[in-house]
Amino acid sequence: MNQEVVIEAKKLSLTFETNDGPVHALKDVDLTINKGEFVSFIGPSGCGKTTFLRVMADLEQPTGGEIFVNGMTPEQARLKRAYGYVFQAAGLYPWRTIGGNIRLPLEIMGYSKDEQTKRVKEVLELVHLDGFENKFPWQLSGGMQQRASIARALSFDADLMLMDEPFGALDEIVRDHLNEQLLELWAETNKTICFVTHSIPEAVYLSTKIVVMSPRPGRVTDVIESTLPRERPLDIRESQEFLDIAHRVREGLRAGHGDD
Amino acid sequence: MNMYLIGALVFWLAAWALNVWLSNLKPTRLTKLLVPVIFGITLLVIWEWVVRGLEVKAVLLPPPSMIGTAFVNNIPTLWADFVQTFIKGALSGYFIGCGAAFITAIAIDRSPFLQKGLLPVGNFVAALPIIGMAPILVMWFGFGWQSKAAVVVIMVFFPMLVNTVQGMQAQTAMQRDLMRTYAASYPQKLLKLRLPAAAPFIFNGLKISTTLALIGAIVAEFFGSPTVGMGFRISTEVGRLALDMVWAEIVVAAIAGSAFYGVVALLEKATTFWHPSQRGQD
Repeated sequence: MNQEVVIEAKKLSLTFETNDGPVHALKDVDLTINKGEFVSFIGPSGCGKTTFLRVMADLEQPTGGEIFVNGMTPEQARLKRAYGYVFQAAGLYPWRTIGGNIRLPLEIMGYSKDEQTKRVKEVLELVHLDGFENKFPWQLSGGMQQRASIARALSFDADLMLMDEPFGALDEIVRDHLNEQLLELWAETNKTICFVTHSIPEAVYLSTKIVVMSPRPGRVTDVIESTLPRERPLDIRESQEFLDIAHRVREGLRAGHGDD
Repeated sequence: MNMYLIGALVFWLAAWALNVWLSNLKPTRLTKLLVPVIFGITLLVIWEWVVRGLEVKAVLLPPPSMIGTAFVNNIPTLWADFVQTFIKGALSGYFIGCGAAFITAIAIDRSPFLQKGLLPVGNFVAALPIIGMAPILVMWFGFGWQSKAAVVVIMVFFPMLVNTVQGMQAQTAMQRDLMRTYAASYPQKLLKLRLPAAAPFIFNGLKISTTLALIGAIVAEFFGSPTVGMGFRISTEVGRLALDMVWAEIVVAAIAGSAFYGVVALLEKATTFWHPSQRGQD
Protein backbone atom coordinates (compact mmCIF):
# COMPACT_ATOMS: atom_id res chain seq x y z
CA MET A 1 0.00 0.00 0.00
CA ASN A 2 1.47 3.32 -1.06
CA GLN A 3 0.75 5.74 1.76
CA GLU A 4 1.15 9.48 1.70
CA VAL A 5 3.57 10.73 4.34
CA VAL A 6 2.32 13.73 6.33
CA ILE A 7 4.99 14.11 9.00
CA GLU A 8 8.55 12.99 8.69
CA ALA A 9 11.07 13.67 11.45
CA LYS A 10 14.72 12.66 11.17
CA LYS A 11 17.08 12.91 14.13
CA LEU A 12 15.01 15.83 15.38
CA SER A 13 16.44 17.58 18.44
CA LEU A 14 15.50 20.66 20.40
CA THR A 15 17.54 22.06 23.26
CA PHE A 16 16.30 24.98 25.35
CA GLU A 17 19.03 27.12 26.85
CA THR A 18 18.01 27.99 30.39
CA ASN A 19 19.78 29.56 33.33
CA ASP A 20 20.25 26.11 34.82
CA GLY A 21 21.99 24.89 31.69
CA PRO A 22 20.62 23.28 28.54
CA VAL A 23 17.39 21.26 28.65
CA HIS A 24 17.06 18.55 26.02
CA ALA A 25 13.35 18.74 25.23
CA LEU A 26 13.79 16.46 22.20
CA LYS A 27 16.72 14.24 21.27
CA ASP A 28 17.13 12.35 18.00
CA VAL A 29 13.46 11.76 17.37
CA ASP A 30 12.68 9.73 14.24
CA LEU A 31 9.05 9.39 13.30
CA THR A 32 6.88 9.00 10.23
CA ILE A 33 3.15 9.68 10.22
CA ASN A 34 0.97 8.70 7.26
CA LYS A 35 -2.13 10.36 5.99
CA GLY A 36 -5.32 9.45 7.82
CA GLU A 37 -3.59 8.13 10.93
CA PHE A 38 -4.64 8.99 14.46
CA VAL A 39 -1.40 9.30 16.38
CA SER A 40 -1.22 9.77 20.13
CA PHE A 41 1.87 11.03 21.91
CA ILE A 42 2.03 9.83 25.47
CA GLY A 43 4.57 10.25 28.21
CA PRO A 44 5.19 11.96 31.54
CA SER A 45 5.55 15.73 31.67
CA GLY A 46 8.87 16.93 30.32
CA CYS A 47 9.08 14.17 27.72
CA GLY A 48 8.77 16.65 24.88
CA LYS A 49 5.42 15.55 23.50
CA THR A 50 4.00 19.06 23.46
CA THR A 51 7.31 20.41 22.17
CA PHE A 52 7.20 17.96 19.29
CA LEU A 53 3.70 19.10 18.40
CA ARG A 54 4.77 22.74 18.60
CA VAL A 55 7.74 22.01 16.30
CA MET A 56 5.35 20.55 13.72
CA ALA A 57 3.27 23.71 14.05
CA ASP A 58 6.33 25.99 13.69
CA LEU A 59 5.71 27.39 17.16
CA GLU A 60 9.17 26.16 18.27
CA GLN A 61 12.36 25.92 16.24
CA PRO A 62 14.32 22.64 16.32
CA THR A 63 18.01 22.92 17.08
CA GLY A 64 19.02 19.76 15.23
CA GLY A 65 17.85 17.24 12.64
CA GLU A 66 15.03 17.91 10.27
CA ILE A 67 11.26 17.66 10.04
CA PHE A 68 8.88 17.87 7.10
CA VAL A 69 5.16 18.55 7.15
CA ASN A 70 3.49 17.53 3.88
CA GLY A 71 7.01 17.50 2.39
CA MET A 72 7.58 21.16 3.39
CA THR A 73 9.33 22.83 6.28
CA PRO A 74 7.01 23.55 9.21
CA GLU A 75 7.16 27.26 8.40
CA GLN A 76 6.06 26.73 4.81
CA ALA A 77 3.32 24.43 6.03
CA ARG A 78 2.15 27.02 8.55
CA LEU A 79 2.07 29.77 5.94
CA LYS A 80 0.00 27.43 3.74
CA ARG A 81 -2.36 26.88 6.70
CA ALA A 82 -1.75 23.14 6.54
CA TYR A 83 -2.93 22.36 10.04
CA GLY A 84 -5.50 23.24 12.68
CA TYR A 85 -4.14 23.49 16.23
CA VAL A 86 -6.14 22.79 19.38
CA PHE A 87 -4.51 24.04 22.58
CA GLN A 88 -4.67 22.68 26.12
CA ALA A 89 -7.21 25.32 27.05
CA ALA A 90 -9.94 26.46 24.70
CA GLY A 91 -8.36 29.92 24.38
CA LEU A 92 -11.45 31.44 22.81
CA TYR A 93 -11.34 35.22 22.47
CA PRO A 94 -13.82 36.47 25.11
CA TRP A 95 -14.87 39.51 23.05
CA ARG A 96 -16.14 37.28 20.26
CA THR A 97 -19.18 35.03 20.29
CA ILE A 98 -18.74 31.30 19.69
CA GLY A 99 -19.65 31.90 16.06
CA GLY A 100 -17.28 34.86 15.92
CA ASN A 101 -14.44 32.77 17.31
CA ILE A 102 -14.95 30.09 14.70
CA ARG A 103 -15.18 32.78 12.04
CA LEU A 104 -11.82 34.26 13.15
CA PRO A 105 -9.53 31.97 11.09
CA LEU A 106 -11.92 32.24 8.15
CA GLU A 107 -11.75 36.05 8.27
CA ILE A 108 -7.96 35.95 8.46
CA MET A 109 -7.72 33.50 5.58
CA GLY A 110 -10.00 35.63 3.44
CA TYR A 111 -13.09 33.45 3.02
CA SER A 112 -16.17 35.23 1.68
CA LYS A 113 -18.93 36.21 4.11
CA ASP A 114 -21.33 33.58 2.76
CA GLU A 115 -18.69 30.89 2.92
CA GLN A 116 -17.88 31.92 6.52
CA THR A 117 -21.50 31.65 7.59
CA LYS A 118 -21.87 28.27 5.89
CA ARG A 119 -18.74 26.80 7.44
CA VAL A 120 -19.47 28.10 10.93
CA LYS A 121 -22.84 26.38 10.77
CA GLU A 122 -21.27 23.14 9.49
CA VAL A 123 -18.56 22.81 12.12
CA LEU A 124 -20.92 23.79 14.93
CA GLU A 125 -23.11 20.88 13.93
CA LEU A 126 -20.06 18.65 13.71
CA VAL A 127 -19.18 19.30 17.37
CA HIS A 128 -22.85 19.34 18.44
CA LEU A 129 -22.92 23.01 19.38
CA ASP A 130 -25.64 24.17 17.01
CA GLY A 131 -27.72 26.88 18.64
CA PHE A 132 -24.80 28.29 20.61
CA GLU A 133 -23.43 30.46 17.84
CA ASN A 134 -24.39 33.74 19.50
CA LYS A 135 -23.34 32.85 23.03
CA PHE A 136 -20.12 34.20 24.47
CA PRO A 137 -17.40 31.74 25.56
CA TRP A 138 -17.78 32.64 29.23
CA GLN A 139 -21.43 31.66 29.09
CA LEU A 140 -20.49 28.06 28.21
CA SER A 141 -19.10 25.16 30.25
CA GLY A 142 -15.47 24.11 29.90
CA GLY A 143 -16.35 21.09 27.78
CA MET A 144 -18.45 23.18 25.42
CA GLN A 145 -15.68 25.76 25.13
CA GLN A 146 -13.20 23.05 24.21
CA ARG A 147 -15.61 21.70 21.59
CA ALA A 148 -15.92 25.21 20.18
CA SER A 149 -12.13 25.44 19.98
CA ILE A 150 -12.08 22.15 18.06
CA ALA A 151 -14.74 23.54 15.72
CA ARG A 152 -12.55 26.60 15.26
CA ALA A 153 -9.60 24.41 14.25
CA LEU A 154 -11.83 22.40 11.89
CA SER A 155 -13.47 25.39 10.22
CA PHE A 156 -10.85 25.95 7.52
CA ASP A 157 -10.65 22.25 6.78
CA ALA A 158 -6.92 21.62 7.12
CA ASP A 159 -6.01 17.97 6.56
CA LEU A 160 -3.87 17.83 9.67
CA MET A 161 -5.12 18.39 13.22
CA LEU A 162 -2.62 19.00 16.00
CA MET A 163 -4.23 18.60 19.41
CA ASP A 164 -2.31 19.34 22.59
CA GLU A 165 -4.06 17.63 25.52
CA PRO A 166 -7.35 19.17 24.49
CA PHE A 167 -9.35 17.29 27.11
CA GLY A 168 -6.76 17.38 29.90
CA ALA A 169 -8.67 19.82 32.06
CA LEU A 170 -12.06 18.11 31.72
CA ASP A 171 -13.68 15.52 33.95
CA GLU A 172 -13.81 11.86 32.95
CA ILE A 173 -17.45 11.76 31.86
CA VAL A 174 -17.16 14.77 29.57
CA ARG A 175 -13.88 13.38 28.32
CA ASP A 176 -15.35 10.00 27.36
CA HIS A 177 -18.06 11.77 25.49
CA LEU A 178 -15.66 14.05 23.63
CA ASN A 179 -13.36 11.14 22.80
CA GLU A 180 -16.26 9.33 21.20
CA GLN A 181 -17.20 12.45 19.24
CA LEU A 182 -13.62 12.97 18.16
CA LEU A 183 -13.43 9.44 16.73
CA GLU A 184 -16.70 10.02 14.89
CA LEU A 185 -15.33 13.22 13.50
CA TRP A 186 -12.10 11.57 12.43
CA ALA A 187 -14.06 8.86 10.63
CA GLU A 188 -16.23 11.46 8.88
CA THR A 189 -13.44 13.78 7.79
CA ASN A 190 -10.53 11.36 7.32
CA LYS A 191 -8.04 13.86 8.70
CA THR A 192 -4.63 13.05 10.11
CA ILE A 193 -4.68 13.71 13.84
CA CYS A 194 -1.74 14.16 16.20
CA PHE A 195 -2.97 14.03 19.76
CA VAL A 196 -0.94 14.70 22.89
CA THR A 197 -2.20 13.10 26.09
CA HIS A 198 -1.01 11.67 29.37
CA SER A 199 -3.91 9.27 29.74
CA ILE A 200 -3.20 5.67 28.69
CA PRO A 201 -6.87 4.69 28.11
CA GLU A 202 -7.42 7.81 26.06
CA ALA A 203 -4.37 7.12 23.90
CA VAL A 204 -5.28 3.46 23.33
CA TYR A 205 -8.94 4.19 22.69
CA LEU A 206 -8.31 6.89 20.10
CA SER A 207 -5.18 5.96 18.22
CA THR A 208 -4.08 3.89 15.29
CA LYS A 209 -0.52 4.60 16.37
CA ILE A 210 0.76 5.34 19.86
CA VAL A 211 4.10 7.08 20.33
CA VAL A 212 5.48 6.47 23.82
CA MET A 213 7.98 9.08 24.97
CA SER A 214 10.27 9.48 27.96
CA PRO A 215 11.87 12.54 29.55
CA ARG A 216 15.40 13.90 30.10
CA PRO A 217 16.21 13.89 27.24
CA GLY A 218 12.83 13.77 25.46
CA ARG A 219 12.91 10.78 23.13
CA VAL A 220 10.67 8.12 21.60
CA THR A 221 10.88 4.81 23.45
CA ASP A 222 8.21 2.81 21.60
CA VAL A 223 5.87 3.18 18.63
CA ILE A 224 2.85 0.90 18.88
CA GLU A 225 0.63 0.20 15.86
CA SER A 226 -2.83 -0.43 17.26
CA THR A 227 -4.63 -3.58 16.15
CA LEU A 228 -8.03 -2.29 17.24
CA PRO A 229 -10.58 -1.79 14.46
CA ARG A 230 -11.31 1.75 13.29
CA GLU A 231 -14.88 1.44 14.50
CA ARG A 232 -14.67 1.71 18.31
CA PRO A 233 -17.62 1.68 20.70
CA LEU A 234 -16.78 2.88 24.23
CA ASP A 235 -16.96 -0.66 25.67
CA ILE A 236 -14.07 -1.77 23.50
CA ARG A 237 -12.06 -0.51 26.44
CA GLU A 238 -12.94 -3.65 28.37
CA SER A 239 -11.74 -6.04 25.64
CA GLN A 240 -8.60 -8.12 26.09
CA GLU A 241 -7.00 -6.60 23.00
CA PHE A 242 -7.44 -3.11 24.44
CA LEU A 243 -5.93 -4.15 27.76
CA ASP A 244 -2.99 -5.78 26.00
CA ILE A 245 -2.16 -2.60 24.12
CA ALA A 246 -2.60 -0.54 27.29
CA HIS A 247 -0.21 -2.93 29.04
CA ARG A 248 2.40 -2.45 26.35
CA VAL A 249 2.08 1.33 26.62
CA ARG A 250 2.53 1.09 30.38
CA GLU A 251 5.62 -1.08 29.92
CA GLY A 252 7.03 1.47 27.49
CA LEU A 253 6.43 4.29 29.97
CA ARG A 254 8.07 2.29 32.76
CA ALA A 255 11.11 1.45 30.62
CA GLY A 256 11.56 5.14 29.89
CA HIS A 257 11.70 5.78 33.61
CA GLY A 258 14.39 3.14 34.24
CA ASP A 259 17.08 5.66 35.08
CA ASP A 260 15.30 7.54 37.88
CA MET B 1 -29.70 77.49 69.53
CA ASN B 2 -31.59 79.04 66.72
CA MET B 3 -34.27 77.53 64.53
CA TYR B 4 -31.99 76.92 61.54
CA LEU B 5 -29.60 74.73 63.48
CA ILE B 6 -32.38 72.76 65.11
CA GLY B 7 -34.04 72.37 61.72
CA ALA B 8 -30.77 71.09 60.23
CA LEU B 9 -30.37 68.60 63.05
CA VAL B 10 -33.96 67.34 62.78
CA PHE B 11 -33.73 67.06 58.99
CA TRP B 12 -30.47 65.17 59.27
CA LEU B 13 -31.88 62.66 61.76
CA ALA B 14 -35.09 62.21 59.75
CA ALA B 15 -33.21 61.64 56.49
CA TRP B 16 -30.83 59.27 58.25
CA ALA B 17 -33.73 57.23 59.60
CA LEU B 18 -35.37 57.22 56.18
CA ASN B 19 -32.22 55.95 54.49
CA VAL B 20 -31.69 53.25 57.11
CA TRP B 21 -35.27 52.14 56.57
CA LEU B 22 -34.83 52.17 52.76
CA SER B 23 -31.58 50.21 52.96
CA ASN B 24 -33.26 47.47 54.94
CA LEU B 25 -35.97 47.02 52.32
CA LYS B 26 -35.51 44.60 49.47
CA PRO B 27 -33.09 46.39 47.12
CA THR B 28 -34.82 47.60 43.98
CA ARG B 29 -33.85 50.04 41.26
CA LEU B 30 -35.80 52.75 43.00
CA THR B 31 -34.19 52.35 46.44
CA LYS B 32 -30.75 52.13 44.84
CA LEU B 33 -31.41 55.50 43.27
CA LEU B 34 -33.25 57.02 46.20
CA VAL B 35 -30.66 56.42 48.92
CA PRO B 36 -27.84 58.52 47.38
CA VAL B 37 -30.33 61.20 46.29
CA ILE B 38 -31.65 61.56 49.85
CA PHE B 39 -28.08 61.67 51.09
CA GLY B 40 -27.23 64.47 48.66
CA ILE B 41 -30.33 66.49 49.48
CA THR B 42 -29.57 66.14 53.19
CA LEU B 43 -26.07 67.49 52.68
CA LEU B 44 -27.46 70.52 50.83
CA VAL B 45 -30.13 71.21 53.45
CA ILE B 46 -27.67 70.95 56.33
CA TRP B 47 -25.23 73.19 54.47
CA GLU B 48 -27.96 75.77 53.83
CA TRP B 49 -29.34 75.91 57.38
CA VAL B 50 -26.04 75.66 59.21
CA VAL B 51 -24.59 78.52 57.13
CA ARG B 52 -27.69 80.60 57.85
CA GLY B 53 -27.93 79.55 61.46
CA LEU B 54 -24.30 80.39 62.21
CA GLU B 55 -24.46 83.48 59.97
CA VAL B 56 -21.36 82.48 58.03
CA LYS B 57 -20.22 85.25 55.69
CA ALA B 58 -21.07 84.61 52.05
CA VAL B 59 -17.41 85.25 51.15
CA LEU B 60 -16.39 82.23 53.17
CA LEU B 61 -19.21 79.88 52.26
CA PRO B 62 -22.39 80.98 50.49
CA PRO B 63 -25.49 78.85 51.10
CA PRO B 64 -26.57 76.57 48.23
CA SER B 65 -29.64 78.72 47.54
CA MET B 66 -27.38 81.68 46.82
CA ILE B 67 -25.21 79.58 44.52
CA GLY B 68 -28.34 78.37 42.79
CA THR B 69 -29.53 81.93 42.28
CA ALA B 70 -26.16 82.97 40.88
CA PHE B 71 -26.28 79.94 38.58
CA VAL B 72 -29.74 80.72 37.23
CA ASN B 73 -29.05 84.45 36.82
CA ASN B 74 -25.82 83.89 34.93
CA ILE B 75 -26.66 81.05 32.61
CA PRO B 76 -25.50 82.87 29.41
CA THR B 77 -22.14 83.70 31.02
CA LEU B 78 -21.72 80.21 32.41
CA TRP B 79 -22.59 78.69 29.05
CA ALA B 80 -20.03 80.87 27.26
CA ASP B 81 -17.41 79.87 29.85
CA PHE B 82 -18.37 76.24 29.45
CA VAL B 83 -18.02 76.35 25.67
CA GLN B 84 -14.69 78.17 25.89
CA THR B 85 -13.09 75.99 28.55
CA PHE B 86 -14.73 72.60 28.20
CA ILE B 87 -15.70 72.26 24.54
CA LYS B 88 -12.82 74.21 22.99
CA GLY B 89 -10.04 73.76 25.53
CA ALA B 90 -10.58 70.48 27.34
CA LEU B 91 -12.33 68.40 24.66
CA SER B 92 -10.05 69.32 21.76
CA GLY B 93 -6.98 68.78 23.95
CA TYR B 94 -8.43 65.48 25.13
CA PHE B 95 -8.99 64.17 21.61
CA ILE B 96 -5.62 65.36 20.31
CA GLY B 97 -3.73 64.12 23.38
CA CYS B 98 -5.43 60.72 23.64
CA GLY B 99 -5.30 60.22 19.88
CA ALA B 100 -1.60 61.05 19.70
CA ALA B 101 -0.85 58.80 22.68
CA PHE B 102 -2.79 55.95 21.09
CA ILE B 103 -0.90 56.21 17.81
CA THR B 104 2.41 56.57 19.65
CA ALA B 105 1.59 53.46 21.70
CA ILE B 106 1.04 51.41 18.55
CA ALA B 107 4.29 52.70 17.08
CA ILE B 108 6.14 51.96 20.33
CA ASP B 109 4.69 48.48 20.41
CA ARG B 110 5.99 47.76 16.91
CA SER B 111 9.50 48.90 17.58
CA PRO B 112 11.66 48.00 20.57
CA PHE B 113 13.83 50.98 19.63
CA LEU B 114 10.96 53.40 20.18
CA GLN B 115 10.01 51.56 23.33
CA LYS B 116 13.45 52.31 24.75
CA GLY B 117 13.56 55.84 23.37
CA LEU B 118 10.02 57.20 23.69
CA LEU B 119 8.81 55.83 27.01
CA PRO B 120 11.49 57.71 29.01
CA VAL B 121 10.63 60.88 27.10
CA GLY B 122 6.97 60.30 27.95
CA ASN B 123 7.98 59.82 31.55
CA PHE B 124 9.91 63.06 31.45
CA VAL B 125 6.98 65.00 30.01
CA ALA B 126 4.66 63.53 32.63
CA ALA B 127 7.02 64.69 35.37
CA LEU B 128 6.90 68.32 34.18
CA PRO B 129 4.88 70.38 36.67
CA ILE B 130 1.79 71.59 34.88
CA ILE B 131 1.88 74.89 36.78
CA GLY B 132 5.30 75.58 35.31
CA MET B 133 4.41 74.52 31.79
CA ALA B 134 1.12 76.41 31.48
CA PRO B 135 2.57 79.96 31.30
CA ILE B 136 5.10 78.83 28.69
CA LEU B 137 2.40 77.25 26.56
CA VAL B 138 0.31 80.40 26.87
CA MET B 139 3.35 82.32 25.57
CA TRP B 140 3.63 79.91 22.65
CA PHE B 141 0.03 79.44 21.65
CA GLY B 142 -1.54 82.72 22.77
CA PHE B 143 -4.35 83.56 25.19
CA GLY B 144 -7.02 81.64 23.23
CA TRP B 145 -8.25 78.12 23.81
CA GLN B 146 -5.35 76.68 21.80
CA SER B 147 -2.88 77.11 24.65
CA LYS B 148 -5.36 75.43 27.03
CA ALA B 149 -5.73 72.52 24.64
CA ALA B 150 -1.94 72.27 24.55
CA VAL B 151 -1.79 72.02 28.35
CA VAL B 152 -4.47 69.33 28.25
CA VAL B 153 -2.53 67.42 25.58
CA ILE B 154 0.53 67.31 27.82
CA MET B 155 -1.53 66.25 30.81
CA VAL B 156 -3.42 63.39 29.17
CA PHE B 157 -0.70 62.11 26.85
CA PHE B 158 1.30 60.12 29.33
CA PRO B 159 -1.42 58.27 31.28
CA MET B 160 -3.03 57.34 27.98
CA LEU B 161 0.31 56.21 26.51
CA VAL B 162 1.28 54.05 29.48
CA ASN B 163 -2.13 52.40 29.68
CA THR B 164 -2.26 51.64 25.97
CA VAL B 165 1.30 50.29 25.84
CA GLN B 166 0.48 48.04 28.77
CA GLY B 167 -2.75 46.96 27.13
CA MET B 168 -0.95 45.99 23.95
CA GLN B 169 0.90 43.35 25.99
CA ALA B 170 -2.27 42.03 27.56
CA GLN B 171 -2.74 38.90 25.43
CA THR B 172 -1.88 35.42 26.63
CA ALA B 173 0.80 33.33 24.93
CA MET B 174 -1.92 31.00 23.69
CA GLN B 175 -3.90 33.82 22.07
CA ARG B 176 -0.71 34.91 20.29
CA ASP B 177 0.20 31.35 19.23
CA LEU B 178 -3.26 30.95 17.77
CA MET B 179 -2.73 33.94 15.48
CA ARG B 180 0.63 32.47 14.46
CA THR B 181 -0.93 29.15 13.49
CA TYR B 182 -3.28 31.08 11.20
CA ALA B 183 -0.28 32.87 9.65
CA ALA B 184 -2.05 36.17 10.39
CA SER B 185 -0.53 39.42 9.12
CA TYR B 186 0.45 42.28 11.43
CA PRO B 187 -2.68 44.39 10.76
CA GLN B 188 -4.87 41.33 11.31
CA LYS B 189 -3.16 40.58 14.61
CA LEU B 190 -3.51 44.22 15.63
CA LEU B 191 -7.20 44.53 14.80
CA LYS B 192 -8.43 41.10 15.79
CA LEU B 193 -6.32 40.38 18.86
CA ARG B 194 -4.16 43.13 20.29
CA LEU B 195 -6.55 46.08 20.23
CA PRO B 196 -9.57 44.15 21.53
CA ALA B 197 -7.40 42.66 24.28
CA ALA B 198 -6.05 46.14 25.07
CA ALA B 199 -9.50 47.78 25.22
CA PRO B 200 -9.93 47.58 29.02
CA PHE B 201 -6.55 49.26 29.49
CA ILE B 202 -7.25 51.87 26.83
CA PHE B 203 -10.51 52.78 28.53
CA ASN B 204 -8.71 53.10 31.83
CA GLY B 205 -6.47 55.70 30.21
CA LEU B 206 -9.44 57.45 28.64
CA LYS B 207 -11.28 57.63 31.97
CA ILE B 208 -8.31 59.00 33.92
CA SER B 209 -7.79 61.55 31.16
CA THR B 210 -11.34 62.97 31.40
CA THR B 211 -10.72 64.50 34.83
CA LEU B 212 -7.17 65.54 33.94
CA ALA B 213 -8.43 67.34 30.86
CA LEU B 214 -10.89 69.46 32.81
CA ILE B 215 -8.35 70.33 35.51
CA GLY B 216 -5.75 71.25 32.89
CA ALA B 217 -8.09 73.48 30.91
CA ILE B 218 -9.28 75.39 33.99
CA VAL B 219 -5.88 75.82 35.62
CA ALA B 220 -4.27 76.93 32.35
CA GLU B 221 -6.64 79.89 32.19
CA PHE B 222 -5.16 81.28 35.42
CA PHE B 223 -2.06 82.14 33.38
CA GLY B 224 -3.73 84.25 30.74
CA SER B 225 -6.94 83.99 28.79
CA PRO B 226 -9.50 86.06 26.92
CA THR B 227 -12.29 87.48 29.13
CA VAL B 228 -14.23 84.25 28.99
CA GLY B 229 -13.65 80.78 30.40
CA MET B 230 -14.24 78.88 33.62
CA GLY B 231 -10.73 79.40 34.97
CA PHE B 232 -10.78 83.07 34.06
CA ARG B 233 -14.17 83.52 35.76
CA ILE B 234 -13.07 81.74 38.92
CA SER B 235 -9.93 83.83 39.30
CA THR B 236 -11.64 87.19 38.56
CA GLU B 237 -14.77 86.54 40.66
CA VAL B 238 -12.60 85.52 43.62
CA GLY B 239 -10.89 88.89 43.22
CA ARG B 240 -14.30 90.60 43.37
CA LEU B 241 -15.30 88.49 46.39
CA ALA B 242 -18.29 87.19 44.39
CA LEU B 243 -17.97 83.69 45.79
CA ASP B 244 -21.45 82.66 44.74
CA MET B 245 -20.34 82.97 41.11
CA VAL B 246 -17.16 80.97 41.82
CA TRP B 247 -19.29 78.24 43.30
CA ALA B 248 -21.62 78.34 40.33
CA GLU B 249 -18.61 77.70 38.07
CA ILE B 250 -17.60 74.82 40.31
CA VAL B 251 -21.09 73.40 39.89
CA VAL B 252 -20.68 73.64 36.10
CA ALA B 253 -17.28 71.96 36.31
CA ALA B 254 -18.67 69.17 38.50
CA ILE B 255 -21.58 68.51 36.14
CA ALA B 256 -19.39 68.64 33.03
CA GLY B 257 -16.69 66.45 34.57
CA SER B 258 -19.13 63.81 35.80
CA ALA B 259 -21.01 63.74 32.52
CA PHE B 260 -17.75 63.42 30.56
CA TYR B 261 -16.57 60.57 32.76
CA GLY B 262 -20.00 58.98 32.61
CA VAL B 263 -20.08 58.99 28.82
CA VAL B 264 -16.64 57.36 28.59
CA ALA B 265 -17.64 54.80 31.24
CA LEU B 266 -20.79 53.95 29.27
CA LEU B 267 -18.72 53.53 26.10
CA GLU B 268 -16.39 51.27 28.05
CA LYS B 269 -19.26 49.16 29.27
CA ALA B 270 -20.56 48.76 25.73
CA THR B 271 -17.13 47.89 24.32
CA THR B 272 -15.57 45.71 27.01
CA PHE B 273 -18.70 43.93 28.22
CA TRP B 274 -16.75 40.68 27.87
CA HIS B 275 -14.08 41.58 30.40
CA PRO B 276 -14.45 40.02 33.87
CA SER B 277 -14.38 43.47 35.48
CA GLN B 278 -17.51 44.45 33.53
CA ARG B 279 -19.19 41.04 33.51
CA GLY B 280 -19.55 40.95 37.30
CA GLN B 281 -21.92 43.91 37.28
CA ASP B 282 -25.54 43.71 36.25
